[in-house]
Amino acid sequence: MNLVVDIVSWACLVSGGIFCAIGGLGLVRMPDFYTRMHAASVTDTLGAGLILFGLILQAGLTLIAVKLLIIGLLILFTSPAATHALAKAALTRGLKPLLVEEGSPSSKP
Amino acid sequence: MYALSSALVLYAFWLLLSGYFTAFLMTAGAVSAIAVVALARRMDLVDHEGHPIHLGWRALTYWPWLIIEIVKSAWDVSKIILNPRLPISPNLVRVKTSQKTTVGVVTYANSITLTPGTISVDVKRGEILVHALTREGAAGLEQGEMDRRVTRFEGGH
Repeated sequence: MNLVVDIVSWACLVSGGIFCAIGGLGLVRMPDFYTRMHAASVTDTLGAGLILFGLILQAGLTLIAVKLLIIGLLILFTSPAATHALAKAALTRGLKPLLVEEGSPSSKP
Repeated sequence: MYALSSALVLYAFWLLLSGYFTAFLMTAGAVSAIAVVALARRMDLVDHEGHPIHLGWRALTYWPWLIIEIVKSAWDVSKIILNPRLPISPNLVRVKTSQKTTVGVVTYANSITLTPGTISVDVKRGEILVHALTREGAAGLEQGEMDRRVTRFEGGH
């Protein structure tokens, strides 16, 4: 039983790390500011979530697990707020997003 | 009512974070919780918006669905990043919102931002300006499944 929990937990930790790396790679590969934010949100959600879940499995039923869960909730509430603030500030400042079709009615902010 | 439940939640939070159950620390926690609620009352912050207890049970059905959506779209965005051709089609769309309360609109906007591939850029009454990484992501949002679920979550129906 212990071995099973360990295997699942390590699988979560490793895949969480991989998703963080994918997010970083996307940050480099994406062409403009707004699309880069999409790549960063992979790291925020799936990367951090899987790593936290793996650590919770390692901690077992303790107060540490509860604290890790609270960290996860904190990320779920703060990261969209920060992302939205960044995107809105960029748009207000006049940074034009790279769009696939120019001049269509929906592309004008 | 809101003051009482805020104080209880704060006290539970203190106990969880401290982890020491001695008489002195438990009393200190109770005093801090009551002091924080008293200060918040003076600042007029203790209301249904700052402490939405009426949403409590419905969150249990909305959050698991949201987490599954996040995992699905994070997987899609990861595949796009790893694809050598980088098949993105970034676009801006306006999404209608059907929520009545501010908490509902904020929940919807945050849910959009939280799912990788879509970011809510500007929130106005009745609509949200969304930047989507792909056209499929924007189309999925325009079908309005998330909108309906958030409205049900805030208690519209």
